[in-house]
Amino acid sequence: MIAHATPVKTYCLIFGGLLLLTGLTVAASLAPLGGLHTLVALAIASAKAALVLLYFMHLADSSRLTWVVALSGLLWLAILIILTMSDYLTREWWRVTDG
Amino acid sequence: MSAESVHHDAHHDAAHHDAVEGQAAAPRSPQAGHSGAHHPALAHHFDSLEQQQEAQSLGMWIFLASELLFFGGLFTVYTVARWAYPEAFAFASGHLVLWLGTLNTVVLLTSSLTMALAVRASQTCELRSLRGYLVLTIVLGVVFLGIKMTEYYLDYREHLIPGPMFSLAGHELPDPLPGGTREFTRHVELYFWIYFTMTGLHALHMIIGIGVLGVLLILARGGRYTTGYFAPIEIAGLYWHFVDIVWIFLFPLLYLIHHGGAA
Repeated sequence: MIAHATPVKTYCLIFGGLLLLTGLTVAASLAPLGGLHTLVALAIASAKAALVLLYFMHLADSSRLTWVVALSGLLWLAILIILTMSDYLTREWWRVTDG
Repeated sequence: MSAESVHHDAHHDAAHHDAVEGQAAAPRSPQAGHSGAHHPALAHHFDSLEQQQEAQSLGMWIFLASELLFFGGLFTVYTVARWAYPEAFAFASGHLVLWLGTLNTVVLLTSSLTMALAVRASQTCELRSLRGYLVLTIVLGVVFLGIKMTEYYLDYREHLIPGPMFSLAGHELPDPLPGGTREFTRHVELYFWIYFTMTGLHALHMIIGIGVLGVLLILARGGRYTTGYFAPIEIAGLYWHFVDIVWIFLFPLLYLIHHGGAA
């Protein structure tokens, strides 16, 4: 009946990686990175999210249909944020030409 | 569904199983009937328990995708407001207690590990460890909420709860102050609106998750989820990990803005 259950060791390794990345993101926030802080923080958070998705949530061995659903969530989130910011970020351009 | 993730269902007769092998998400073949003994949890409109569990987990993923957009609206508000008032956000973020936030991140990540191990125990049919890991996950979830409440209380004492009581009177404001004191205070208050809304919505999800795990803990007593039918535990796990991922992004976005200077 046991199918392919992920070994406990794998889960522990992923957990260790997550703790390491948490330490790293706190350390990076204290380091003098100039304007890169947000980018670094988001990159580390994305790496952590990927570990949780792939291993804890078993996306790594899920069907392609599951991948489509998971990625569609991300796609719509990207549309939401990118379209909104493309408005805010470009408003100043108009103000300049208006004089 | 990929071949290596096939969970063999011993309660199911072999011929029946062959009919669905490798096409769990596809419509069932017409010859698949109800011959032979099958798992008591198998609903009659599924060919096999494995196909059923695949469908159940897919449904959860669809729900989580909609949850992502539920939180996504707030992440968008955060993005716009932080873009507009970077100094106020950096200043406000500096008033959170970093070590409590970091500790809470570790607590939540640990609860994700115990949740993953609970799902594993359900898959390997070990009732004692399933219940043990569920209890651990619930306890860690409660600890998380306890730390969160402590942080809220500290904010309350410092008049950082948005509304009529909000005040920066006792705080040292940054020296070249962008805009006037009034404007700056309003922007800091906006940060705290967003902070309390996002962490509050996250905490609500934690409370619901703890409730779900509590129900599963009771239902699991008779061995309901340790005979090959693990979908309810797995689905609760997916939800729990999703809430963990939301926190993984909330933590740096809310707590870690200030140290390296603005923006």
